[in-house]
Amino acid sequence: MATSTESAITNAARPGAEPLLTIRNIAKSFGRNAVLRDISLQVAEGEFLTILGESGSGKTTLLRIIAGFENADSGEIWMGGERLDPLPPYRRRVNTVFQHYALFPHLTVEDNVGYGLRVAKRPKQEIASRVEQALAMVKMTDYARSKPAKISGGQQQRIALARALVNRPRLLLLDEPLSALDANLRRQMQVELKSLQREVGISFVFVTHDQEEAMVMSDRIALLRMGELEQVASPREIYSRPATAYTAQFIGHTNLLHAEVKDGIARCHSLSWRTGFRDGPALFSLRPENIRLAGATAAHDVIRFRAKVRHQAFHGATELLQIECADGLLLSIRTASRENRQGDLDLEFSASDAVPVRESPERN
Amino acid sequence: MFSRAYRAAITLPPLLWVAAFLLIPYALLFCYSFWSVSPEQAIVHSWNLDNYRELFRVNVYLQTLFRSMWIAARVTIFALLLGYPLAYFLSFHAGKRKDLLYQLVIIPLWVSYLVRAYAWKTILGSDGVLNTLLQYVHLTKHPLEFLLYSPFAVVLTLTHIYTPFTFLPIYASLEHIPRNLVEASHDLGASPFQTFWRVIFPLSIPGVLAGATFAFVLSLGDFLAPLLLGGPSGIMISNIVVSLFGAAYNWPLGAAISLCMLVLVIGLLFLSENLEKKWSFR
Amino acid sequence: MSAGSRAARESRWLPWHAIAVFAFLYLPIVTLIVYSFNGQGVGGFPPRNLTLDWYRMLFADDAIWASVLNSLLVALVAVAIALVFGIPAALALDRANFPGKAAFRRLVLLPLILPGIITGLSLLMLFRQTDVKLSLVTIVLGHGTALISVATTEVFAGLQKLDRAQEEASLDLGANYWQTFWRVTIPNLRLSIIGAALLIFTLSMDEIAVSFFLIGRDNTLPLEIWGRLRRGITPEINAISSIIFVFSLVAIVTWYRLRVGAEGQPEIAAELLET
Repeated sequence: MATSTESAITNAARPGAEPLLTIRNIAKSFGRNAVLRDISLQVAEGEFLTILGESGSGKTTLLRIIAGFENADSGEIWMGGERLDPLPPYRRRVNTVFQHYALFPHLTVEDNVGYGLRVAKRPKQEIASRVEQALAMVKMTDYARSKPAKISGGQQQRIALARALVNRPRLLLLDEPLSALDANLRRQMQVELKSLQREVGISFVFVTHDQEEAMVMSDRIALLRMGELEQVASPREIYSRPATAYTAQFIGHTNLLHAEVKDGIARCHSLSWRTGFRDGPALFSLRPENIRLAGATAAHDVIRFRAKVRHQAFHGATELLQIECADGLLLSIRTASRENRQGDLDLEFSASDAVPVRESPERN
Repeated sequence: MFSRAYRAAITLPPLLWVAAFLLIPYALLFCYSFWSVSPEQAIVHSWNLDNYRELFRVNVYLQTLFRSMWIAARVTIFALLLGYPLAYFLSFHAGKRKDLLYQLVIIPLWVSYLVRAYAWKTILGSDGVLNTLLQYVHLTKHPLEFLLYSPFAVVLTLTHIYTPFTFLPIYASLEHIPRNLVEASHDLGASPFQTFWRVIFPLSIPGVLAGATFAFVLSLGDFLAPLLLGGPSGIMISNIVVSLFGAAYNWPLGAAISLCMLVLVIGLLFLSENLEKKWSFR
Repeated sequence: MSAGSRAARESRWLPWHAIAVFAFLYLPIVTLIVYSFNGQGVGGFPPRNLTLDWYRMLFADDAIWASVLNSLLVALVAVAIALVFGIPAALALDRANFPGKAAFRRLVLLPLILPGIITGLSLLMLFRQTDVKLSLVTIVLGHGTALISVATTEVFAGLQKLDRAQEEASLDLGANYWQTFWRVTIPNLRLSIIGAALLIFTLSMDEIAVSFFLIGRDNTLPLEIWGRLRRGITPEINAISSIIFVFSLVAIVTWYRLRVGAEGQPEIAAELLET
């Protein structure tokens, strides 16, 4: 475990699953601005992979390179034994749900959905029946003859989905498709999208800047920062074992502890705990919810300390407390909500919850 | 996202066409201006500056050029005096009738240029509508002769033709001024006039420049209105060019004068473009 | 919008100024139409002996109708040429990079901002150097080329409003560039294209400065009128001008309706999305 930060980030698809898409050493610059640097990533058959990142991280560019709207400066993309990157977008069995849906305003809902089949010159009857199925799948049969401008945002989103899936792509790309929806509809669509993906069994590559959305929906998350992959792992793994300081801070809240390790003991101010990390300066992530009010009995490897409450932020079921240790160290902790907290608290955390993380250096 | 073949397909045909029918012709104009005509009226392809020397030697060319510029300048000023307040009124005070009034300014543009010039001729002539009207109401006894076949008639007609052209860019630039700027100015205590002078007018300068350039350049090169309404005193530089290409048959000299006009016009366009950039804050 | 009383002073003379400008703009047009019914000829106040004779004479005037036909023909072909080259030119300016792109954009726009005489003369020299006989064909080439700029600017403006994702979506769904062009790009630009076509058509119908130098044996309508103006004027010219004016008016109103109708929809959609 202690060596997890040492080992190379493994971006391979889940063990045992066949990789559908393989991205190798992709790099892309716009002018002098390097947007992607040496990205390698695999997507498994039937997997829901989320590319998560802030704006400017390069996530949309990566998606557009997979779709074929941009050409990478170097690197390769393979899909099922076929090299994808030299092909124009219309030769790739990849379809996209666009950020603002990009429904054709001059075509009806059913003509939008049937567009891909029509340009592929499928027989009329087949088009009609497949369009009907696709509309039924997203529960939009009643709107077949409406123009896109006449239906709501949520409905447009379903049509965009149907329009892409009706072509039976091997891979579906989704570019922040939920960003235009309000919070409630958004949560509902997250659930629907996830169950739809399980139903059709197609691999999804989903781009978002919203870490909660990524956690809810994904099999794996690929966290992108300034054109480089920070970590690729399952939501649980990425949350509980963040590889870098950036990951730990971007996904959920965390306390970053700058510690000094000597002989298997890490020290940060007055706190100290056992670690397998090598000697020298080290950075640890300690999640606020992993700092608890001290219990009656001390378990093995539990660190206890006392601290003053500085600030209390009510979040509903839980609250976030700013606390200050005797030596001035400031920490955040998350506990079940209670009326006014004042004075000193007895607190504890387990040594195993202090996860060593790498520094995330500035890049430009 | 666009393949090389796609980009070639959209670029090459217009490029070739424009090269053949615009670039080469303009280049020919340039070449002709350095050629000459033999006594047998054949074009002599020997390169020399004679045409340009002739141009500066014979007074009438430069005089006519200056007169044309003076006519064009007057047209520009009148078109601005008519067009700017109209655009300001429409943009800021016309309320719901704005769109209708806008259309009303546009409609005259759809009436043939020639027909409008002709209409002015029927109005201004010695037995035209205006003179007979004045005599009908006994304001004058004899027809006013200066109305037609004079620089006045040319300026009037060209002003009529180019006022809508001047109006359009001014109106567009006024429409682009965010209304909250005007409210902010009032809020800060500026009177309507101060608001106009310190906020609205500076922001509309690119439109004024575009409109003024349009009016000046197009009226400078006009030759039909002077032929129709100008008489001998209303002759403009293009009329000389037309006669050099026609009866006088000296294409190279005509080309040299045209080229001077072209250089003048392109210089003005360049100047106006730079000033517009300087005054645009977007 | 501005404080009523403070704005009152400036808005008092502005409407009068506007009325005066409109009177100035419409005086010749009204005169033209009124005197097309005047039995006494093109001048004289007040108009008297109202008559339809000039229209009768006009309908029997073969030379005029031949020139109208020529003008229609020239305008139609000019529209075709200007669109066939102007639409790709707009696409190229929007999405291709090539050496001389800035110069190309300026060159295309030149005929619209230069006095017509310069373009007309230059083309005349081209046709003379290449021994092409002047005819309606040379006029068509002149109009078509000079008016490419109209198609290019209109379509380029349309392209700025076109969401690039529309075309990407089409490619993504398996349509190749050609299919995408016809099924997505052109339908999305149809308002700009129709607008450009109408504008080019009217400008060509009215064009005289370029045609003046490129004319062969057959006259266009403006040149036919021009020829008659030099020989002495009759209200027949008022009559044909009035007819054309009415046709133009119908065209503008149709176009305006079309545009309002089409642009009304997305606005409603935007409101729906917001609520």
